[in-house]
Amino acid sequence: MSKTVGVLGLQGAYAKHSKMLDQLGIKNLIVRYPDEIEKCDGLVIPGGESSTMSILIDQMDLRKPLQRFKKPILATCAGVILLSENKSSAKVKPLHKLPLLCERNAYGRQIESFMTTIEIQNEHQNFPAIFIRGPKISQIKSNKVEVLAQLDNSPVLVKYKNIMAATFHPELSNNTRIHEIFINLI
Amino acid sequence: MSEKEKNTYEVKVGLAEMLKGGVIMDVTTSEQAKIAEDAGAAAVMALERIPADIREHGGIARMSSPKMIKSIQEAVDIPVMAKCRIGHFAEAQILEALEVDFIDESEVLTPADEENHVWKYDFKIPFVCGCRNLGEALRRIGEGAAMIRTKGEAGTGNIVEAVRHMRKVQRQMRALTQLDKHELMAEAKKMGAPFELVKKVAESGKLPVPNFAAGGIATPADASLMMQLGAESVFVGSGIFASEDPEPRAKAIVNAVTYYDNPEKLAEVSETLAEAMQGQEISEIPEEERMANRGW
Repeated sequence: MSKTVGVLGLQGAYAKHSKMLDQLGIKNLIVRYPDEIEKCDGLVIPGGESSTMSILIDQMDLRKPLQRFKKPILATCAGVILLSENKSSAKVKPLHKLPLLCERNAYGRQIESFMTTIEIQNEHQNFPAIFIRGPKISQIKSNKVEVLAQLDNSPVLVKYKNIMAATFHPELSNNTRIHEIFINLI
Repeated sequence: MSEKEKNTYEVKVGLAEMLKGGVIMDVTTSEQAKIAEDAGAAAVMALERIPADIREHGGIARMSSPKMIKSIQEAVDIPVMAKCRIGHFAEAQILEALEVDFIDESEVLTPADEENHVWKYDFKIPFVCGCRNLGEALRRIGEGAAMIRTKGEAGTGNIVEAVRHMRKVQRQMRALTQLDKHELMAEAKKMGAPFELVKKVAESGKLPVPNFAAGGIATPADASLMMQLGAESVFVGSGIFASEDPEPRAKAIVNAVTYYDNPEKLAEVSETLAEAMQGQEISEIPEEERMANRGW
């Protein structure tokens, strides 16, 4: 079984995701072109700045291949904003793959960034979660969205069909569990 | 419910990780900040004058005014950085009170202390510092810097110093990985760097924090060169807003950082650009006026 996971490498923490997949022994490559995305069995959309990534998605004609991509996706932080149904603005044009709305930088500036531990549904051990200028999921628009973890009554890890979305950064911790759950979807 | 731990070292380095593969642009007004954000900047550096103008203007270069920093914070959603003078921890405290996202303890401003840098662990927000070599980089990390950048020679539009500094750091890291463990302490002594960090680099072959390029980047080709030399992101200071075509140039440099290894793409993004900033030959700048020599 040779599954290849693509890590969208436009900007942000893509190298950290790639390293985590390496640790799990999963073949992965940094993808930045339309044909590369189509070849992947799964895709990671990392954190970074959603405006930067959104601009590059359109400049490089990646919008259609990303919208057409029906295989499993793991989105983190800015990646969640990119997949959301947020209204398009001049800065960010989301892909509308996740029926939810989110608020960018919802916790505040960097001085409000934090780490904590969260409980993930059906998991025995708590997971270390690092939030960096993170977004908040403000509205879930479908009952098919499963909330797997919450923080202060706000969803921080959700699953919708074969898409997992975390508003924090599993790739910055040493715990590979969320990546493992994602890999099992492939 | 477990506690939230703010401002830990992991959280500070975390923001530096998020800026990788991006461009951090110097801006002096909220209009420029918006142009930078719309072009795809991953962050902006708010400062009163771009380095090229600081050179020309002379006098003492200090932290930017809080009013100006606030106007830029209000204008954009991306992280906003600001500079404090080397060793000027009171300026850094003010920048922290303003909640800037990152502080650059920068040689571009006139140093406030000719021996000591800021003790960066005292702060809730991350710091970036410049370096010319590995010893300097590790001293700054030892003081708590969450990101390192080359110094280059700011405001010159001349890439030669940034290349020198990046090559030096990379070469010194490669050399460390070849040393026998018995040789590490002597090497740490020679470099004037904290031993534990020297040991760490000898094991991993890389800095424990993200390593960015800055100082003299003026074209998409410059950005690509620095990325190919091992930079994980670039700062562009005067290169954008001292050029004739800030907007397309900003966009082109953003593209060049992501597609740094694709020369066809670099040719395409460079094609329509007007002339880059004029730039300055380093040997024409007297030794005592070179910004890279500031920092200890």
